Amino acid sequence: MKIVVNGEEFESKDGLTISELLVEQEVKMPDMVSVELNGEILKRSVFETASLNEGDKVEFLYFMGGGQWD
Amino acid sequence: MGLSEQQIERYSRHIILEEVGGQGQEKLLESKVLIVGAGGLGAPAALYLGAAGIGTIGLIDADKVDLTNLQRQVIHHTADVGVEKVKSAENKINAINPDVTVKTYHQWAKADNIREIVREYDFVIDGTDNFAAKFLVNDACWFEKKAYSHAGILRFDGQLITVVPGQSTCYRCIFGSPPPVGSVPSCSQAGVLGVLAGVIGSLQATEAIKYLLGIGDLLTNTLLTYNALKMQFRRVNIKRNPDCKLCGSEPEITELIDEEQPVCDLEKD
Repeated sequence: MKIVVNGEEFESKDGLTISELLVEQEVKMPDMVSVELNGEILKRSVFETASLNEGDKVEFLYFMGGGQWD
Repeated sequence: MGLSEQQIERYSRHIILEEVGGQGQEKLLESKVLIVGAGGLGAPAALYLGAAGIGTIGLIDADKVDLTNLQRQVIHHTADVGVEKVKSAENKINAINPDVTVKTYHQWAKADNIREIVREYDFVIDGTDNFAAKFLVNDACWFEKKAYSHAGILRFDGQLITVVPGQSTCYRCIFGSPPPVGSVPSCSQAGVLGVLAGVIGSLQATEAIKYLLGIGDLLTNTLLTYNALKMQFRRVNIKRNPDCKLCGSEPEITELIDEEQPVCDLEKD
């Protein structure tokens, strides 16, 4: 099935979960990512169970500090 | 109040814009913007807002200028090393535009002082460097019902979103609470291309001016991300989160709190 991750189309196996996608996309620090699925922010507690469907749009949103740093 | 002849000349490139005009410029001169953090993001924001004739600019920062700041914090000059950042920034704004009143707060923004400061302003720019402060600014603006611009930068990436409390997605809608200690690199650990601060901080200033003038489309419910290596901007639409601990249907956060700051972000290197 085809899914779209951060605007780029990917081919993935059916029923891929968010946790599996984080591994597949080589997100090294999943704690620093919020995940949005089709416009809704997902609770972290459903990453293991929420599975993806054809055409789903996923956004990994990253914590970013910065601006001032001493 | 009316503009003086000098002001009409100084702001002529604004006044000629249909969307601004003389009335808009007067509105800017009567406006108050608070910049939390006189660092990378705050520097370009303060310079442009000062030049634009924002009547009052507030600056909160307890820090002093350090040599490592100068690669990106363009409001501070080499001779300012060791000077309070708010003082250094105030001097530059005054030198650019004597129309601007600068109020300086040489202190860290905390739960026990930020609300009364935020209350005095029309718009807030988050130019802070750590997650505890970013959540604090978000929450203070929520409780005081002030619109603000959130932003972050790291390495070659930057992002920003404008929050109108009660109407649009807030920072907690997206990120909930600060990441666990050690899970996110700080900028001193990970590095940042200096000019990123200029790009993103200038966009924050743009949002402030648009909000004050009531023109254009604000970056609400939309996170704008920028990658300098790909030279790519992306707009990510983000709806308000009904489970948001602050602005959701059953809020858990009912008063201002100081989030614990991950140790790694406080270390100087």
